[in-house]
Amino acid sequence: MFKFIARRLVQAAFVIFVIITVTFFMVRFAPGDPFSAERKMPEHIKERLMAHYGLDQPVLVQYGNYLKQLARGDLGPSFTETRSVNQILAASFPVSLELGGWALLIALGIGMPIGIVAAVFRNTLADYVPMSLAMIGICLPTFVLGPILALVFGVWLGWLNVSGWFVPSDRILPALTIGLVYAAVIARITRGGMLEILSQDFIRTAIAKGVPFWRVIVFHTLKGGLLPVISFLGPALAGIISGSFVVETIFQIPGMGREFVSSAFDRDYTLVLGTVILYALLITAANLLVDIVQVVLNPRLRFEES
Amino acid sequence: MKAWIGTISGLAGSIIALGLVLLQSGCGQGIPDADTAAAEGILLFGNGAEPKTLDPQRATGVTENRIISALVEGLIAYHPTDDNLPEPGVAESWEASEDASVWTFRLREDARWSNGDPVTAEDFVYSYERMLNPGFPGEYAQMLYVIENAEAYNAGRVTDFAEVGVEALEERILRIRLVGPTPYFLNMLKHYSWFPVHPATIEAHGGPFDMSGAWTLPENFVGNGAFVLEDWQPNQYVLLTRSDTYWDRERTRLSGVYFFPVEDSNTEKRMFDSGLLHLTSTVPTNDIPRLKQERPDIMNIDDYLGTYFYRLNVTQEPLDNPLVRKALAFAIDREAIVERVALGDQKPAHAFVPEGFMNYPSPERLGYDPEQAQALLAEAGYPGGEGFPELYLLFNTSEGHRKIAEAIVSMWNDTLGISMQLENKEWKVYLDAQSHLDYDVARAGWIGDYMDPITFLGMFTTGNGNNDTGWSNERYDFLINAARRSESEAEHFALLHEAEEILMKELPVVPLYWYTRIYLKDPRVRGWSPKLLDNHPMKYLYLDDRADAAGN
Repeated sequence: MFKFIARRLVQAAFVIFVIITVTFFMVRFAPGDPFSAERKMPEHIKERLMAHYGLDQPVLVQYGNYLKQLARGDLGPSFTETRSVNQILAASFPVSLELGGWALLIALGIGMPIGIVAAVFRNTLADYVPMSLAMIGICLPTFVLGPILALVFGVWLGWLNVSGWFVPSDRILPALTIGLVYAAVIARITRGGMLEILSQDFIRTAIAKGVPFWRVIVFHTLKGGLLPVISFLGPALAGIISGSFVVETIFQIPGMGREFVSSAFDRDYTLVLGTVILYALLITAANLLVDIVQVVLNPRLRFEES
Repeated sequence: MKAWIGTISGLAGSIIALGLVLLQSGCGQGIPDADTAAAEGILLFGNGAEPKTLDPQRATGVTENRIISALVEGLIAYHPTDDNLPEPGVAESWEASEDASVWTFRLREDARWSNGDPVTAEDFVYSYERMLNPGFPGEYAQMLYVIENAEAYNAGRVTDFAEVGVEALEERILRIRLVGPTPYFLNMLKHYSWFPVHPATIEAHGGPFDMSGAWTLPENFVGNGAFVLEDWQPNQYVLLTRSDTYWDRERTRLSGVYFFPVEDSNTEKRMFDSGLLHLTSTVPTNDIPRLKQERPDIMNIDDYLGTYFYRLNVTQEPLDNPLVRKALAFAIDREAIVERVALGDQKPAHAFVPEGFMNYPSPERLGYDPEQAQALLAEAGYPGGEGFPELYLLFNTSEGHRKIAEAIVSMWNDTLGISMQLENKEWKVYLDAQSHLDYDVARAGWIGDYMDPITFLGMFTTGNGNNDTGWSNERYDFLINAARRSESEAEHFALLHEAEEILMKELPVVPLYWYTRIYLKDPRVRGWSPKLLDNHPMKYLYLDDRADAAGN
């Protein structure tokens, strides 16, 4: 197990290095620069800005400087904001993390039970109705669901704020918006996974032996049936936690998603890199975590490992 | 076997626990709703985007301007109702030499920085030196080029600031020598690039060339305006509260202002509808017609000093031919664009400079005349559009720009029989293409900086960084240069008028409409007047909380 984790960590470090390099050169070669604007600044002032940020040097030198800086844990100044990239990420990441946590809780809390019930009562009303709803949920994008929730619970009913991230109840609508969409996906994956296990011999054996049905579900089926959900959770976790540009914009949330997208539009090189690096770390960590959990849950994988 | 259930439920439990802790810690107090805020005299303002900086000498945008203008005051302030008029700011009186090239300002004795220091003439000298210093990247340094030797100092050709025409004669007397007569100087002075900064604060936080902006953070900021910076939560809000050192503090009625960076117009509308805002910065286009009908009490459309236009690349065929450009200009039904596409009561533009400048006659040059357009195109050698090459209309990604571009292209193609296509590019790519003349026709917009037509006409001189059309005209250059030096307003306007006539005859740009500011305003907001520059000095605003005034 230790060897497995160590190997994965080395791989991850390499992948992240490649991502940094590719991103660095891609943003530099994109048309436009951080200081272009509709109202152009005088050439000599732009040159001054470029020199201040070291952008007047050859790209390879800039790359070297950036890596050196990065090694010190400094992501550099932002070109478009008063704060440094470290400060921006330190402020926005916890917000996205919290929002993502709630969304994940909602997604799992709603998605898994529905999927389990649908699988157990396959081809009955308890299967069709929730699964049709889940289908709608998957098709409903967040930029539709978010405004609908805000309109109903914020404007019409007046129960919750339509935007902001100030009081605890401000978490509800955005978390629901992200959570419901993921819940729909998780419900379908859970159902699929459960059905596969339910049709296997050892389940039939257990039922034939007279094990109570609920015990069969909880102790025999669930463990294997949820494996697909767990592999899905890896990338989903990173996606949910690194924030959602759409949801953050709709609900005025100071999270990472907005920084991620707007930095790319603004050619804010350092902020783009900062968010990409953090995102890459998250995905790698989430995937590693999922792999470990899978090995723990799935005896077959464990066998192969040893 | 049960171990993994324990692990998972333990994990879920700790996530829930973590969540509850986060919930309880909360992130400070909630923001007051519109009713509470109105009762407490706190204005809730939807301000479009997150300010990039609060340093008046580095700012460039409308978003920043709204906040900075409440925090800092220049020599001349914005008038509460008419942007053409000067209003005393830090200067209580001023006089100009006969040819309007030397200006002397007497600073008021009770002008104070928010830390209690008096605002002195030296502070202005320090500020203008900082702005013009070759080591400082002030994007609006050009605004100060009207000062004698300012441009040379900024470019490093003059190294002694004593040679630049800014001088503190006494503690409270400031003299500014200009490169030449500038009758519209007072209007320029209202712009935030002329605002003072507090020298001691700048020096204490990294010096004049520090780029981190540390001095603009709430714990450090020292201004001299009607409000002070109380709090700045990036991507959440900027909170200003009334200053108790400001010289005119008796007049300030608001106790505070929240600026919210709301980029999505639909979100902003929902915030307004549910009582989280008193003022918005925009209205979703689709809602405009209905709100105009049903809610005239909250719906506002004001004239705004801006022009929406198309640039034509005159360096290549067939747009190098003025006849073709004219044909394109006359084939546009501007009324229809405004009434059916833009929807915001924008004014169809019959010239480039928006109407509204006191005493400036706008030329009546453009109109909708499809027959003349066809005749012009035929005269240019493309009868019925025959042989006209395929051109592309470039615009930056936006639903609004796309709709207008679609309408214009169909007008051109139907009326002139040509084949124009749409080309959509992301913002920075579009800017890049435009400045490299890598386009045929490109959408553009321009917002005036101060109340003088030269803020619109100055950019089309030969080689100007914002010309971006490749157009060049000797007579035009001469007129603009002469207008920058004219001694009287009448002469200044006459020269500019002739220049605009040339621009509208040659048409390197095709104006479509003059902007309006479209926004929602709570009827309780008082002291607010429509302003061409959209500057609403916060010190005159107040909230009338009486029941009969409440409308929302």
